[in-house]
Amino acid sequence: MILIAVISLGAIGAIGAVFLYAASKKFEVYEDPRIAQVQEVLPGANCGGCGYPGCGGFAAACVKADSLDGLLCPVGGAEVMGKVATILGKEAASAEPMIAVVRCNGTCEARPRTNRYDGVQSCSIASTLYGGETGCTFGCLGYGDCVSVCNFDAIHINPATGLAEVDEEKCTSCGACVKACPKNIIELRKKGPKSRRIFVSCVNKDKGGVAKKACANACIGCSKCQKECPFEAITIENNVAYIDYTKCRLCRKCVAVCPTGAIHELNFPPRKVEPKEAPASTPKVKEETNLK
Amino acid sequence: MENKLIVSPSPHIHGGDSISKNMYGVLIALVPAFLVSLYFFGLGALIVTVASVFFCVLFEYLIQKFLMKKEPTLYDGSAILTGVLLAFNLPSNLPIWIIAIGALAAIGIGKMSFGGLGNNIFNPALTGRIFLLISFPAQMTTWPIVDALNAFPMTYTDATTGATVLSLMNEGALDKLPAVSDMLVGNMGGSLGEVSALALILGLFYMLWKKIITWHIPVSVLATVFVFTGIMHLINPAQYADPFVHLLSGGLMLGAIFMATDYVTSPMSKSGMLVYGVGIGILTTVIRLFGSYPEGMSFAIFIMNGVTPLINSYMKPKHFGGK
Amino acid sequence: MLRTFRIGGIHPPENKLSADKKITVLATPKQVIIPLSQHIGAPAQAVVKKGDPVKVGTLLAKAGGFVSANIHSSVSGKVNKIDNAIDSSGYKRPAIYIDVEGDEWEETIDRSDALVKECTLSSKEIVDKIAAAGIVGLGGATFPTQVKLMPPPGNKAEIIIINAVECEPYLTSDHSLMLEKSEQILVGVTLLMKAVHVNKAIIGIENNKPDAIALMQKQAVSYPGIEIMPLKVQYPQGGEKQLIDAVIRRQVKSGALPISAGAVVQNVGTAYAVYEAVQKNKPLFERVVTVTGKAVSNPSNFLVRMGTPISTLIEAAGGIPENTGKIIGGGPMMGKALISAEVPVTKGSSGVLLLTQEESVRKPMHDCIRCAKCVNVCPMGLNPTLLMNATEFKEWELAEKNYITDCIECGSCSYTCPANRPLLDYIRSGKGKVMGIIRARKS
Repeated sequence: MILIAVISLGAIGAIGAVFLYAASKKFEVYEDPRIAQVQEVLPGANCGGCGYPGCGGFAAACVKADSLDGLLCPVGGAEVMGKVATILGKEAASAEPMIAVVRCNGTCEARPRTNRYDGVQSCSIASTLYGGETGCTFGCLGYGDCVSVCNFDAIHINPATGLAEVDEEKCTSCGACVKACPKNIIELRKKGPKSRRIFVSCVNKDKGGVAKKACANACIGCSKCQKECPFEAITIENNVAYIDYTKCRLCRKCVAVCPTGAIHELNFPPRKVEPKEAPASTPKVKEETNLK
Repeated sequence: MENKLIVSPSPHIHGGDSISKNMYGVLIALVPAFLVSLYFFGLGALIVTVASVFFCVLFEYLIQKFLMKKEPTLYDGSAILTGVLLAFNLPSNLPIWIIAIGALAAIGIGKMSFGGLGNNIFNPALTGRIFLLISFPAQMTTWPIVDALNAFPMTYTDATTGATVLSLMNEGALDKLPAVSDMLVGNMGGSLGEVSALALILGLFYMLWKKIITWHIPVSVLATVFVFTGIMHLINPAQYADPFVHLLSGGLMLGAIFMATDYVTSPMSKSGMLVYGVGIGILTTVIRLFGSYPEGMSFAIFIMNGVTPLINSYMKPKHFGGK
Repeated sequence: MLRTFRIGGIHPPENKLSADKKITVLATPKQVIIPLSQHIGAPAQAVVKKGDPVKVGTLLAKAGGFVSANIHSSVSGKVNKIDNAIDSSGYKRPAIYIDVEGDEWEETIDRSDALVKECTLSSKEIVDKIAAAGIVGLGGATFPTQVKLMPPPGNKAEIIIINAVECEPYLTSDHSLMLEKSEQILVGVTLLMKAVHVNKAIIGIENNKPDAIALMQKQAVSYPGIEIMPLKVQYPQGGEKQLIDAVIRRQVKSGALPISAGAVVQNVGTAYAVYEAVQKNKPLFERVVTVTGKAVSNPSNFLVRMGTPISTLIEAAGGIPENTGKIIGGGPMMGKALISAEVPVTKGSSGVLLLTQEESVRKPMHDCIRCAKCVNVCPMGLNPTLLMNATEFKEWELAEKNYITDCIECGSCSYTCPANRPLLDYIRSGKGKVMGIIRARKS
């Protein structure tokens, strides 16, 4: 009796083994082992910042590509791309570190509320129906669509200003917030040496007077900064200035002349002209006269 | 400008319906059955119900407050309702410590482990009852005999116990069944809320009138059981009881009207509700007639709860302009 | 048994506070602001410039495309400027500002009250006159009327259905118009029938307006082919597809135009405007607007010139009550909460509703309890809670498969939800997204 059981079980096992072996041969899918290796060094956040569906997709693209030009993991940056390059024996494309920048400085004081929004706290839903709670229809709504898409906990709404703020330490410039913002306020800019950056913190396209009425900190398109800039880095279009970060040399002259304080400088040492009093991000109007 | 105009997407008015209104509505619908159980089971019914509600609310509060760390939502009435429904599925002489375990299973396993009201897959009260039925089969299947005349002075745990209609049927003792009129008013053994079909049907009409539920689930469950047991009765009347007896016995009415219609665990479309109801009816009958348990209602609902997501993804509401 | 549509529907409190109020003519304001986009489709192109003198009925802007409409001056005076004005959303849109001087009308307009029944024009001429007068759907959708009267090839109109249900709570502008201009409306309907070559029209009126039904029925006797059909009160019966289903028992297929069911639906106010345009040469520059609300001291129906600030209307109805929380352009179910009372009356303004603070604020939202009440009330047979979740989790394919684009945004789901979930907020946003995806796929 025992023998019959052993034989029949053994036979079933043998048949199964043959079947499984045949199946594994027949349906085998070859995958380049380097894909797994590359994926190993990637951050694994699956943020999609590279433009591929997750880290796996990016790894496959890296392995398949002839050169790594144009392939960049924004989260890992140069370090990770270097590792990828060593694995694949290819040249890593050099990339400037970037960071997300919120181009709105319409704080609660500067931009008085004219209405109260009582719908779903979502920028995309609110913006399809209303321009915003203030006179400015271009500014940050503050319902935090960018916060909810950020995989790195790097952007938050500051309750004091009602504006989104980027945490420089955590931001990986994956660009998720840029896509999520229905007002197109967030931009990826060059991080700059020692994280020093200058940018126009306003996207209001209204005429100067209208913009100013809605928000004290608005860019009014006066073009003073444009005239001041020695490097032709500033353009004015639709009543709003834009600083091209590839041309900007961080001389800070534009910051000083801006009458509304719409141009922000970050992480610079305090100016000599005005020692401690002025915080870096809110230049005073009187500076304008000093420099002239 | 002090008085800022409020803006929000339409609609700008709300019908005023709320979760608590629906929960309290169901509770009101359960009042007749509760009164009947008080009449037949006396003090025991009161003790079991109060204990069950107390423990359910307590566990809900504790879990929300200390485990989930969010504002407890006791006032929506859902924990009270779970407590009452659990009590209605218990014999009226069940010791309080067993009730507490049942309440913990109902709220803790059945509801909160899924994330609270709205997220659970299985009916919490049913989870509690099945947990108890499997853990304490002896206590859960000895029901005190109903004796209306002696009901009120009757003591709590030493009540005489006896067989129910279903256990009689399961044993094949069809000749010992009580009269249909007794079964209608609830003059028979059983869990405390399930005995009186009349009181439960009264509750059904109240809920239909208040638009708390639609007719689809209760009617499809009852009709399926009626037809299925009717066919079996016609085939062999000696072995299978009258369909009316089936309709009026056990937890069928309570289950079809109050347990199967639980919002969270039943399908959303009307066609889905019918499929769900027919499924419960068939499973109940199969367990009753061919299974070893005398009563299949709880298991049938429980199984169909599990099938609900599947029904939801296949049975879509009737689309405007569609076939 | 009265007819109604066959899927879903709700019955909110009617609150027709101004139902017994006669239409009052509102005085012209000192300045009007006339937006260039008062209709669905391309904005109109201004044909006047700063400083130009205009009369009542002068063409200010020409239709900017096939789906667009002319815009005429509602006052006489001088063009002050053409500049941006805030619309009801707070966005700035181009508008024509006119300073009012006197009240001089274009000579071509017949200002007498006499009823003109005879019309010798061909159907083409009628449609052209309607287009020239800048008439759009006055129920609120503001779709250019002449476009609807030119069915796309392969479709044949069989019947005209006149939407006089006024299913939105509070609003009474159509009701008051039917009581005072019933014969003109019937002539207008006859003209519409002639325009699309049909000999049958049904005017659907909800039976909460028995006086209007009785009056219209009495007079319809002398207008062959026009039938008055009382309907059971049910929201959203004024939805085009719902009305067709209620009146002729045909359901327009998903994604199809109403004309595929052989029906052309027009609002009763539009029928009146057609009468005025064709028989009296009067372009669309004024309309009846209900101003209402529980806290409003004198709810009224006003005949208002386009471009009048809404604050002027509220003033005439007794002023803004102390604790006003919301000012809504339109009814409470589908209307739009205005960002300011300085927004002008446009062609689509059917009412102004003032809600108190308490009425305005939404209650906190809870988790979905899957009660399926939204499914039961959805007039399009959709599953709102599924669509909301699909939108929340950006499952656009799932949303499309479950017909999110069929949503008519009636708000019945949000109105009914016992957990106060903002179903429509999400679905509206998801619908826009899915439509964008579909468009991108087609091109």
